[in-house]
Amino acid sequence: MNRGETRVLLTGNHAVAWGARLARPKGAPVYPITPQTPVLELLTEFQARGEFDAEIITVESEHSVMSACIPASLAGVRVFTATASQGLLLMHELLHYAAGARAPIVMANVNRTVASPWAFWPDQTDSLAQRDTGWIQYYVESAQEALDTVLQAYRVAEAALLPAMINLDAFYVSHALEPVSIPAQASVDAYLPPFDPPHRLDPARPESWGNVVSQDMYCRHRQTAEEAMTRVPALAAEADREWAERTGRAWGVVERYRCDDATSVVVTMGSMCGSARAAVDALREEGVAAGLAKLRLFRPLPVAALRAALAGMRDVVVLDRNHSPGLGGVLHQELRAALYGMDRAPRVHGLLAGVGGVNVPPRRIADFVREAMQAEPRPESVWVR
Amino acid sequence: MKTIALQELHADEPMLCAGHAACPGCIDALSVRHVLASLGPNAVAVIPPSCMAIIAGPQPYSSLKIPVYQPTLEASAAAASGLRRALDAQGKRDTLVVVLAGDGGTYDIGFQCLSSAAERNEDFLYICLDNEGYMNTGAQKSSSTPHYAKTGSTPAGKLTRKKNLTEIMAAHGVPYVATASAGHLADMQRKVAKAKSLRGTRILTLLIPCLDGWGVDDDMGLAAARLAVETGAFPLLEVEDGVRYTVNAGKTRPIGEYLAIQRRYRHMDAAQVSALQAEIDEGWARLQQRAATSAGAAM
Repeated sequence: MNRGETRVLLTGNHAVAWGARLARPKGAPVYPITPQTPVLELLTEFQARGEFDAEIITVESEHSVMSACIPASLAGVRVFTATASQGLLLMHELLHYAAGARAPIVMANVNRTVASPWAFWPDQTDSLAQRDTGWIQYYVESAQEALDTVLQAYRVAEAALLPAMINLDAFYVSHALEPVSIPAQASVDAYLPPFDPPHRLDPARPESWGNVVSQDMYCRHRQTAEEAMTRVPALAAEADREWAERTGRAWGVVERYRCDDATSVVVTMGSMCGSARAAVDALREEGVAAGLAKLRLFRPLPVAALRAALAGMRDVVVLDRNHSPGLGGVLHQELRAALYGMDRAPRVHGLLAGVGGVNVPPRRIADFVREAMQAEPRPESVWVR
Repeated sequence: MKTIALQELHADEPMLCAGHAACPGCIDALSVRHVLASLGPNAVAVIPPSCMAIIAGPQPYSSLKIPVYQPTLEASAAAASGLRRALDAQGKRDTLVVVLAGDGGTYDIGFQCLSSAAERNEDFLYICLDNEGYMNTGAQKSSSTPHYAKTGSTPAGKLTRKKNLTEIMAAHGVPYVATASAGHLADMQRKVAKAKSLRGTRILTLLIPCLDGWGVDDDMGLAAARLAVETGAFPLLEVEDGVRYTVNAGKTRPIGEYLAIQRRYRHMDAAQVSALQAEIDEGWARLQQRAATSAGAAM
């Protein structure tokens, strides 16, 4: 297969930067933070070589990154940035603001533990703590998926007029070198036409954003945003289908791996999916009817797709590499809610696995599945190692 | 005194329209009306939460004829940077980005990103509408509140001096930093025009006497603005490229005359007035020295 693609070895971070370059944004406010910094550095290198025609703004904080992204997007240009962990938390106020302003910014977030204590390991608590901000959230498993998802995210974000976040796990994805196919610019240009929003900050057509609104206007604004969110699973599926037509690569909204005749299914997000695939293969070798449902789109939560993917399963084992104190695993609790009321609903087992970057090898995931098949599910999430 | 017809003062098309939401007698609205008339229609305003954000009007109305983006309180200079670069990317380099922020949004919570934008010499005009406190939340202290002034959060009077924003911003070496007020209208209009003609980060601080927050009579707003200059409490100055200091008006009156017309200073005793006078004299002397040094360097 040669669709004008170039096959190279890239880290997840560099794959993200290539995705951003191919999307041709015009604005890129940036700020360094481990483990995201290689994204920023490659973009500035592209620009220095004349290969990236965006206004790069080297501001003094992630807060200012997002503060600059929003009006740039509202002025009518495509905007990209990347962050991680504390940087994402510092942006929190502006994440709400961006979604409220319906600014289709695309941002990569490298999932890293949040302090305190200080640590630099893969953990998705940073982005899951932003789940109520109104951003579309993707979680990716590989460098190739990271590159492809940046481009798909622009398609979806600009169609829905909502910001989108692509989450990749620290080091496992951000720094691991993998073979990646870089699509041809012409192919991407055909897939992703120039950003042309219906409203923009422009003295030729004076319109304002941010003026105080009434209760009724505020409520209607939220409802409109929700309607846009509701359209996202279908938009994401369509963006993925069209991408597959061009590149041969489809990632799905919810990917079902060896699920067709499965009775026990692992559900997780991000790099853990790679280990879960190996565990599923090992279990299948033993004759256990195991599968993996990889959740790629977390916000909006594709409830219908999840219910369809998990219908008929006896046991669902949720692996959460995140921790919401007083609740447990975020995905565990969201999945219980999503499946609640289903006819013959699966038994949902929630495991806090890999919190703080603790390694979870395929062997242990296979153990978790076998143990779940023998155990009654508990309402709370269970810590496992 | 020469009488000037009102229409001569704003011969340009008004860009701040009647019907806005300012308090009666507000110097903020008066000042911005003149500023926007000078800047003209090819501009986009960035207005963080502040009195000016209220004056700009509730959705779906706007009192400004130019587009307004209202960022979060602490983010004006970062938002202006993003907006500027997006306009540049579209070839709209002649569209002016103008920030209209309060002193809370400038001296305090917005200071970090303002310093950063000035370091990058981002191309926008930043106007601080300085009413020396958080007047929109009912008059609390900001770091722009002057020494001894009583506010909702300094009931015994502020214990420390006003932050010297002008010198701090000048130290960034940006092309133009100046102070002005509607009490000296011709000077203010000249500075707005000059700032408009330049590129890079330009910072203009306008003193805005707040009738309610300062406890000034309804008809005394402009008189307070004039006295602030004439007593040296708010010197009118310009700093070009961080080094060339020019003082635009003399100090001709004792500080007591300025304090006497404001409720926020009514608690001060004679010793405090003397101490404040000494502070002002000291600051004035330093300013004269800087102006003399730059004049000497120019020769």
